Amino acid sequence: MTENFEPVIIGFTCNWCSYRAADLAGTARIKYPPNVRLIRMMCSGRLDPSFVMKAFSEGADGVLITGCHPGECHYLEQNYKALRRFLLMRRTLAQFGIEPGRVKLVWASAAEGVRLANEISKIVEEVRALGPLNWPKWKDNGVHKIALHELEEV
Amino acid sequence: MTTEKSENKERIGVYVCHCGSNIAGIVDVQDVAEWAGRDLAERGVVVSRDYKFMCSSLGQELIEKDIQEEGLTRVVVAACSPHLHEATFRTACSRAGLNPYLCELVSIREQVSWVHTDKEAATEKSKAVLSGGVERVIHHEPLEPLHVPIHPATLVVGGGISGIQAALEIADAGFPVYMVEREPSIGGHMAQFDKTFPTLDCSACILTPKMVSVGNHPNINLFTWSEVEKVDGYVGNFTVTIRKKARYIKTELCTGCGICQEKCPKKLIDDVYEAGLGYRKAVYTPFPQAVPKYPVIDRENCTFFQKGTCKVCQKFCPTDAIDFEQEDELITVQVGNIILATGFDLFDPRKVSQYGYGRLANVFSSLEFERLTNAAGPTNGNIVLRDGVTTPRAVGIIHCVGSRDRNFNNYCSVICCMQSLKFAHLVHERTGATVYNFYIDMRTAYKEYDEFYQRILEEGTLFVRGKVAEVTGAARSPGEEGRLIIQVEDTLAGKQRRIPVDMVILSAALQPRYDAKEVAHKFGISCSANGWYIEKHPKLDPVATMTEGIFIAGCVQGPKDIPTSVSQGAAAAARILGRIQQKEIALEPVRASVDQDKCSGCRICNSMCPFNAIIFHEDRMVTEVNPALCQGCGTCIAACPAGAISGTGFSDQQILAQIEGLLMVNFEHARVAELG
Repeated sequence: MTENFEPVIIGFTCNWCSYRAADLAGTARIKYPPNVRLIRMMCSGRLDPSFVMKAFSEGADGVLITGCHPGECHYLEQNYKALRRFLLMRRTLAQFGIEPGRVKLVWASAAEGVRLANEISKIVEEVRALGPLNWPKWKDNGVHKIALHELEEV
Repeated sequence: MTTEKSENKERIGVYVCHCGSNIAGIVDVQDVAEWAGRDLAERGVVVSRDYKFMCSSLGQELIEKDIQEEGLTRVVVAACSPHLHEATFRTACSRAGLNPYLCELVSIREQVSWVHTDKEAATEKSKAVLSGGVERVIHHEPLEPLHVPIHPATLVVGGGISGIQAALEIADAGFPVYMVEREPSIGGHMAQFDKTFPTLDCSACILTPKMVSVGNHPNINLFTWSEVEKVDGYVGNFTVTIRKKARYIKTELCTGCGICQEKCPKKLIDDVYEAGLGYRKAVYTPFPQAVPKYPVIDRENCTFFQKGTCKVCQKFCPTDAIDFEQEDELITVQVGNIILATGFDLFDPRKVSQYGYGRLANVFSSLEFERLTNAAGPTNGNIVLRDGVTTPRAVGIIHCVGSRDRNFNNYCSVICCMQSLKFAHLVHERTGATVYNFYIDMRTAYKEYDEFYQRILEEGTLFVRGKVAEVTGAARSPGEEGRLIIQVEDTLAGKQRRIPVDMVILSAALQPRYDAKEVAHKFGISCSANGWYIEKHPKLDPVATMTEGIFIAGCVQGPKDIPTSVSQGAAAAARILGRIQQKEIALEPVRASVDQDKCSGCRICNSMCPFNAIIFHEDRMVTEVNPALCQGCGTCIAACPAGAISGTGFSDQQILAQIEGLLMVNFEHARVAELG
């Protein structure tokens, strides 16, 4: 693994908590590595597992899923559904040969800018240690299409 | 799912904001804009500009002009968080005749320039974020906001000065208000005070008339000794269930004569209103000016409820108003908006054990002292030691107890300096005792406050700058025998001092209500890590919350003095009155809908919705989403195995395209070296 490997991580955020935590991290000028690119959704419950597959297949090395703390979901209980999907998805990904450490679920409330920044720093280091995923390279061999197809079957 | 990019016929305008130097200081905005104009041209970008302040009227005009002259069909602005300026740019598009939902704002300030330091990486990430926005905006659809009618009634939770102000403003404007208060009477903390700084006018004299107005107002429905049990619905149409705890008094018969309180044989310490210094009966009104005038029977302490016999109050009540059979009532009301004004709790000074509160008799908390000075309080306003007779010769007032202290609360409790100055004045005026104020910094901002400080200085109060190390009863010299000794480093004199006094007053911190988090959850709003409720914007929207239709006022949002609490109550009322006048509110059209041709009737989504917005039609075996109940979380969309549910604003296509865009710029330099 080369030393200058910079992982690219896609972060899914909830409009009500973690996206605001990211805003807060900004307002408070808390620094974290630039490797994470965030997507705003209304709720972590919106996360379709295919989004994660899509991120990997487009070249992401890791995926960070964030939502409200248990019991604090803006939509009452949808983060529990995200949690259930996450656990199932991580197992499925393992069967595709994707290390479980590349996908992480983190709770961060709107007040936890520091926590979110720390979690981002952590996942960047963890994925850096795992090395590049290189799924787009498989793409040329058509491997990922089979994988995606299988996931959709599931 | 396609990896080949869809064909795009849209004409996209890209605008990169400098935000002065906020963004431009870290991100090479010019490079980003040029890159977008060049490399994203094949994705439909026809205009790409950078500008000093996109949110300024000139910046907005730039967009409007391009829409009209260049025929833009989509707009992407790379600037601050959408939570700040999404509405601004949408309105600009709308003015130029473009559907506002065809505009996307991506954050390169909060998520890039303010959190990263490496200019090259920040510029690269900005390009990625921008390209994500461009890919996403292609899939935007023109939408119309949902118009929701606003129910004219308002719920005010908390009957302190802030809630009272809010309720009166709305009721005086002619609209109905339901006020819910947990205690037997409204009035809140202000009702416990004797004097208010800096004018020293009597608290009761200015508060009581307002309390009476609330009690008598034809538009205010007052529920005291009540709590909100449940909140359903959404802005414009909340259904609130209120638990009206049994008072055991028939209010329609009670005249408030007070004979029951006089006759009740059970006397106990009043921890709430008298701050533990005075007594009340088991049947009581907290104070004589209570609104409403009806007492309550405190079930936990009433001899009849404990032992099954007594009923003295019933025997003496001249109007037969006592009813031991009463039960809690659940009342449901419809309201359009809600104001939370539930106030604060006082920090428990026992936690700062070196100050001896609870261990040394003559150490008082600030609230206890308020009761001591109150003419209607347990000592009729005489400032005396715990024995009830001795007047102190020297008094020490310690600031910042539990505030500005890493062990307890980092924040400043705002009111303590002024409150301590008020105490100093009252002690001086009523006892002639020597008064010491131990402060870290004097904070006397706001109108007439510093003048008050000057006045107290002139009165001869002594000020010692330093954080008190200890309050102790252990004497080291004959002069200290039998007194409280304050050990402090006088940081102005640069030496340790031991100051003997007879009474110590601890200006304790204000902290969130013990159940603040639970209440926040009930109303679906967020609170900070300490428990103060979070406003929508710290400067520009201080009384709204992230949840539409829920407003906050007073100390529930953070420590504040009476004038600010009143202003917030009035501000929240003004916000709500505006909405009631409009009769309806436009909501984000973020909703799920089911394509009934694709729905297989599997019912997997049916259990996903906590708002019961999903209806299943047994006859046709298809599911439908009720847009009035749908809150737009999207959980059902992600759950549908047939892909039959789609969500406006956050569709699969939009998110998948955004992922593609975000990953277009991929640290190529690092990666090429890696992959060889």
